[in-house]
Amino acid sequence: MKLETQAVTKRYGAHAALDGASFSTGDEARVIALLGPSGGGKSTLLRVLGSLLVPDEGSVKIDARTLPHDENGALIERRANGFVFQGYNLFPHLTALQNITLPLREVHGMSETQATQRALELLHRLGLEGHEHKRPSQLSGGQQQRSAIARALAPKPRLLLLDEPTSALDPVMTGEVLDVIRELAEAGQSIILATHEISFARKVADWVVFLAAGKVQESSSASDFFTKPQTELAQQYLEGLSKYR
Amino acid sequence: MPASPDSTVSPIRRALYALVLLALASAVFYALFSSVAYKWNWDGVWLYRQQFGYGWLTTMGLSLIAMIVSVALGFLLMLGRRSPWDPVRMFCGGVVELVRGSPLLVQLLIGHYIIANALRIDQPIFTGIILLGCFEGAYLAEIFRGAVESISASQLEAARAVGFNKVQTYRFVIIPQALRRALPGTTGQLVSLIKDSSLLSVIGIEELVQKVKIMNAATYKPLEGFLPLALAYLIVTLPLSYLARRLERRFAYET
Repeated sequence: MKLETQAVTKRYGAHAALDGASFSTGDEARVIALLGPSGGGKSTLLRVLGSLLVPDEGSVKIDARTLPHDENGALIERRANGFVFQGYNLFPHLTALQNITLPLREVHGMSETQATQRALELLHRLGLEGHEHKRPSQLSGGQQQRSAIARALAPKPRLLLLDEPTSALDPVMTGEVLDVIRELAEAGQSIILATHEISFARKVADWVVFLAAGKVQESSSASDFFTKPQTELAQQYLEGLSKYR
Repeated sequence: MPASPDSTVSPIRRALYALVLLALASAVFYALFSSVAYKWNWDGVWLYRQQFGYGWLTTMGLSLIAMIVSVALGFLLMLGRRSPWDPVRMFCGGVVELVRGSPLLVQLLIGHYIIANALRIDQPIFTGIILLGCFEGAYLAEIFRGAVESISASQLEAARAVGFNKVQTYRFVIIPQALRRALPGTTGQLVSLIKDSSLLSVIGIEELVQKVKIMNAATYKPLEGFLPLALAYLIVTLPLSYLARRLERRFAYET
């Protein structure tokens, strides 16, 4: 997969979360890590790449296909993607199982039995056997995030987009969730991951996009980025993050 | 949701408290009533029991229909106040503020003697139901709007992320969650609706209050009818409140 953006800008009021972000990845990028300091634009870029947000200016290309800017086109586009958020964002009034089956039935046109089968298969694969009929409030943070990953994976998304999926979790639960993401990456799933887990990114990512102040500072293969970062910002960032781990 | 504080008390003890409170209240009311030099005579009330029953049925029947009108209208006004289109938003906002800001009595008189008259509608029951439905609907619109707007942005983003369109987002994410938050306010408003229906007597609808007024006039007894009247409302409004609490518990889940 090749990702390419041209001067993407997204403003919230007077603040530009993305301020002319341009980059392109190699042709065969499959697990792309978005790195950089908080407030640098990682989450916004992730949403733009997944068509969850439409940029104010600029364009995004995935494998030479330009993403639509109209609301309907964006809806069709993002239905082919799966999203996982920092705060899990499960629907609190539904059980883990229903959180997965509802979009399968209503958005992807599956029958109840097909949807349930697919949901159970994923919940079991992600180690949630016995928790299918619990509401999010009855699950631990790690279990909620794994349910959210199952929900995102259920329609077999072209692209799985994860926005700091472990930032709200303790170290043990972080480990559980990262194991799942790693397995997915190894199984061939295309992934875009915004994260602060630098050593994890080093293990799974094959491409890194480094952002700060709404601009892409660096875009290079993971091995290049981690061994010889080009910009001073990236060097400082990596040093700061690896100081205590 | 935290357990309500009364659930920690045993049922026997609660029954005991209830008895004591009931006895106290009875004593107070008895003292008050017996201090007034008034000769109570219940013969007239008994004589008019059938008319009373008819009035009660009218009150409950028109309240029920007005409830349906008010919930539907409240929902539409809520949607209108959230419309992206300015004129719609302003119109619905204006309706809500005007209706909530003026007395129901005035609305009934203007609605019946001017608007219904101009439109050549001479069915006071129909006019009454619509006017009552509008009045309570304006309040419900605000209760619904508060509930809908309390749904967090992250829930709306999750709905977009799983690919729901606008209608699906309302149907599967916003309304189920808003319903639970709107429930206490809504049932309170529906209880108010039943009581407010008593004002419909001013446009000549023979509901419960009107029947009691007729009875009082015919028997020259100004007070007797009002005691069974209060009871007749309570036997509906109290179970409704109880039902609402049961429903709230059923919809309870932590967010």
